[in-house]
This record gives sequence, C-alpha cells and structure tokens, in this order.
Amino acid sequence: MNGFAKSHLGWLLLAAALLAVPVFVKSGRWIEFIELTLFVAVLGQGWNILGGYGGQYSFGHALFFGTGAYIQALLQFKYGVSPWIAMWFAVSGGVLVGLFVGYLSFRYGLRGSYFALITLAFAEAFHVVARSFISITEGGRGVQLALNRDPDQAIALFQFTFADPFLKSYGYYYVILALLMIAYGATWWMERSRFGAQLVALRENEDAAEALGINTFRTKMAAICMSAAITSSSGIYYVQKFLFVDPAIAYGPTKSVEALFAPIIGGLGTVLGPLVGSVFIHGLSEVTREAIDAVWGARPGVDLILFGIILVLVLGFAPKGLVGLAEAAWRRVARGGKAQR
Amino acid sequence: MDILGLQIPLYSWETVLGSAISGVFLGSIYALVALGLTLIYGVLHIINFAHGALLMLAMYAVFFVWHFWGIDPYAAMLIVVPGAFAFGYALQRYVIGKTSHGRDEIILLVTLGIAIVIENAALFFFSADERSVQVPYDLDGIDLGVTFAVYPELFALGGSLAVTLGLWLFMTRTDTGRAIRGVAKERQGARLVGINVDHVFAITFGLGTALVAVAASLLAPTYTVHPQTGYLFVLIAFTVVVLGGMGSFVGALAGGFIIGITEQLGRLYLGESLGLITISAIFIMILLFRPTGLFGHKT
Repeated sequence: MNGFAKSHLGWLLLAAALLAVPVFVKSGRWIEFIELTLFVAVLGQGWNILGGYGGQYSFGHALFFGTGAYIQALLQFKYGVSPWIAMWFAVSGGVLVGLFVGYLSFRYGLRGSYFALITLAFAEAFHVVARSFISITEGGRGVQLALNRDPDQAIALFQFTFADPFLKSYGYYYVILALLMIAYGATWWMERSRFGAQLVALRENEDAAEALGINTFRTKMAAICMSAAITSSSGIYYVQKFLFVDPAIAYGPTKSVEALFAPIIGGLGTVLGPLVGSVFIHGLSEVTREAIDAVWGARPGVDLILFGIILVLVLGFAPKGLVGLAEAAWRRVARGGKAQR
Repeated sequence: MDILGLQIPLYSWETVLGSAISGVFLGSIYALVALGLTLIYGVLHIINFAHGALLMLAMYAVFFVWHFWGIDPYAAMLIVVPGAFAFGYALQRYVIGKTSHGRDEIILLVTLGIAIVIENAALFFFSADERSVQVPYDLDGIDLGVTFAVYPELFALGGSLAVTLGLWLFMTRTDTGRAIRGVAKERQGARLVGINVDHVFAITFGLGTALVAVAASLLAPTYTVHPQTGYLFVLIAFTVVVLGGMGSFVGALAGGFIIGITEQLGRLYLGESLGLITISAIFIMILLFRPTGLFGHKT
C-alpha cells in the first residue's frame, strides 16, 4: 500500500462502500431513501462551506438550489437544450447569484444576523419573481418536464425511469453520488488549502484576520461562490429525478432550512458533518414516521418537531455536532486504553 | 404605461387613495406584530425568528377560546395575553437563555428551531385546516368615501396606537420599564446595581410575546389561522422593524404604516403576486444602505 492510500484509508473505504451500495441494497424504497439522504448531504455541504467554515450563516440557501433547479428545467423545457449542457448553466447561474448576493452583502459589511436576514430576503424576492414572471418561469404552475419513455434515450435525456434494469434502479443513485463525491472532494481539498485556512481564520475573528493581511472580502466571495456551486448542483439532481420544479419548491423556506439542519446537527465546519447530519435526520425521520403511523396513523409534523428540538439541543450543548461528540467519545476511549497499559 | 414590458395601469386618485387607506389599516396590523419584535430586539439584541410562530400560536388560542367557550376575540385578550406572557417568559429563561451562549447567530438559529417546533406541533395537533373566528360585526363599518373600513380594521388601527402609547408609558413611567431600559443600555452596570438581568430578559421576552397575543386578538376577526400563518408575518415584521430602526417603538409604528401602504399600492400597480416584491426590495435596500433604519441609533 502506498503512502496516500495508507493515510486516507478511511476516506477510500467510505467511497468504496458508497460505490458498492447497489450490491447490498436491492429494495427500490431503500435506494430512494439513500438517494434523498445524499441529496440533503450535498445541499448541506454547500451551506457548510459558507456557514460552517466561513461563519456566514445563510437563511436563504434555497436561492442557489432554486436557481440551479430552474435553469436546469427551463433550458430543457423552453429551448430543448440537452440536460448535459443545461447543468453547466445551472451551476454557473447559481454562482452568479452567489456573486450578486455576496457582493452586495459583503461589500456593505453585513455580518451575523444581518447576513442571515438579507439572504432570507433575497430568497423571498426570487420566490416572488419566479411566481410572477409567468412568461419566463411559467409562474406558480411550475415547470413540468416531459417524461422520456424511450430506453435508448435514457442517457441522452438524463432520465432513467425507462432505462435498462440497472440504470432504472441505480441511475439516479450514481448521479447524486457523483455530485456528492465532487462536493466532498472539493471540501476536503478546501479544508487543507490556503483558502480554507483563511476562511476559518475570518470565521474565528474577522478583524484579526484582516489585520494579518487576509483579504476577507475576497475570501468570503470565493466561499459564497463555492457554496453556491455545490448547492445549485443539487438542483440538477432534483430536476432530473422529479422532472418538476415550482416557486415554492425552489425558493420556499423548506430547502433553506434543510440545508442548514444537516451540517449543524452533523458538525459545523467538518467535511463529513453534513453527511452525518443528513443520515441522522433521515434515519430518525424514517423511524419516527413508522412509530407515529403505528400509534396515531399517518400525521405530518412529528419528524420536524424532533429536528427542531434536536437543533436547539445541539446548538446549546454540542456546538460541534455529532462529529464533535463522536470525536470526544473516541478520545475518551483512546485515553482509557492508554491508562490501562 | 409600459415599463420594461410590465403593464403599469393608471388609476384615478380615488382608487389610489382608497388603496393607500386600506394600506394604513393593514399597516396597523403589521405595526402591532412588529412592536413585540422590536421590544425584544431593543433589549436582548435577539432577532426572534419564532415571533411569527408565537403569533400563530396566540391566534389559535384566541380561536379555541372563541370556539369552545364562545368568548369574543377582544375579550379573549384577558386570558390569552397573560398566558402568552408566561409562555414567553419561560421560553427565554429556560430555553433561549440556556442554549444560545449569547451569540447572535446562534440565538437566531435557536429561535428558528423553536419556530419549527411550534409550527409543526400546530400542524400535528390542529391539522393544516384554516380556522377563522366568526363575529357578527365583521362586515359592518364606516364608509370613508373612497373605501370602506370594517370595525375590526378600525379597532386594529386604534389598538396599534394605544399599544404604542401604553408601551412607551410603561417603559418610561414604571420601575420595571426603567429596569428594562437600564439592562438594554448597560447590561453590566444594571447587574452591578442589583438588577436581576436574566429575570429582566425573560420579562422583556414575555412582554414581547404578550404584545403578539394582543395583535392576535385584534386580527382574529379579519384573518384566518393555519400553521403557516406565522411565516407570512415574520418576514414582514422583520422588514417593519429594520425599516423603523431596531428597538424603536415609533419606528415600528411608522414602519408598519409605510410597509402597509407600500404593499397595497404595490398590489394595485404590479398585481397581487409581484406587488409583494416591494416588501423584499425595501428590506434589502434598508439592510444594505441604512441598517439603523429610520429611527434607530448607531450602536
């Protein structure tokens, strides 16, 4: 084994396990569940770049998800652009929105709660625009893409509902897995880069970072672009999978909240935090839904009540999230082991 | 008139004035909701994301008091307002104060978590159905010439003025009000002269929540309530508070009227849907160019 493989064994094992999921998981329902978990893990990693590493808490990350999703859907719907080409525009569009919002917010020095409020306001403004300019966005009805029924076109049209058996079952899984690996690879790289160090420095103390010669404006702009790129890429998966987007899905508060839940519960400013958080909340949501269905019959709301409580508890008592708790537990075990020797 | 492909209609002055007057009534409701928010911000420096959810909860309380005991929504204040005060007091003292470590982004997230819990608890227990209080006088009112004002709108307008005045008197004339202002100005100094700061914080949060309950009673006859009602108000309330200047009561009142009138004129000229963009636009402009608002002080 060479040096790289040895020092990154954990990461390689995780990647191999994710790639091999179809070998172990045969039920369509479980694949669907894993797909949605990974989707939120990508959505959340976008938030984590800016919020977790950069300390700039956005309350409107739906801005980027929605822009990516709308561009991906509209380019195909209106102009018949290939989805493989549309996706580049989707990500670029997300980054442009990031540049726009970031430039205004950071140029005028909005920090803390003010940044949270302005991202919320921008998301709401985009929501209204998407609903109102019917000639461009189809308005409140949303954009519905045509379902492809020709198996030979499955790859060209990036739709796997009527594809060969393997693609039909696992095509979308590999799409979201590819996006996840790019996003997490990029985050892993960022954490070790000069840029990542500067970002963490300005999170800890912006004035001190500035005094050390870090261009905090440029660093924050780079972070919001990277964040927007990752979050808007999750919109590509969403549109190709569900073939539909409307203003409430794209720019409503749900996606903004989902994007921040996963990294905060999982562990802010850690590569794996959003994935751990997403696995935890989706697993918990599945378990509680089963339990509630058995006791009261199907009723909405319970899983979100629990997430809200967990969010408050994590913020109050485990600021480093589940990853932080696991590290603390691991250190305790390791220390215990040494003491016995 | 045609601007950037948008058809901007031209209206007679009566239509525009009528729209502006209905904006004043709408604005008085926004002001009522924003007063509690600005009080909490002024003292605790908390941007309370749960404010809308608390409003929704208070509206449900008013609805149930009316539904089960047939108590008029205005009389329901006597029950709902003290209940809201106690709820808000406990929320700040035992939840927000204990979990937020005094960092404002964390407080924002904690109150977001509380909002999610309250909204989904309402969804779970009360379902997503829209409920509304029926009062015999909700269609009676006064003809103002260019528009017609129903009594509940007039009461809301009077209520918002009375509450602003009452709040100002309370803050300047009572010992508790002085203690609250003391804590808002100089936390450490207030502690040194023997004020229990945690208690004052909780009282302030309780008062803010009680104000929300007053707003809930005043808007119950004209608004329906469902679990998402709060979210509709929360953005507007933030806009009003930021526009008026965080912590300023007069600002909240003026901001409420400005936003109410802008919204109605926006709807008139830009249509029901796009008209709402005026609110987000004002919010963004104020945050960027004058974050202290119209009546706020530099901190």
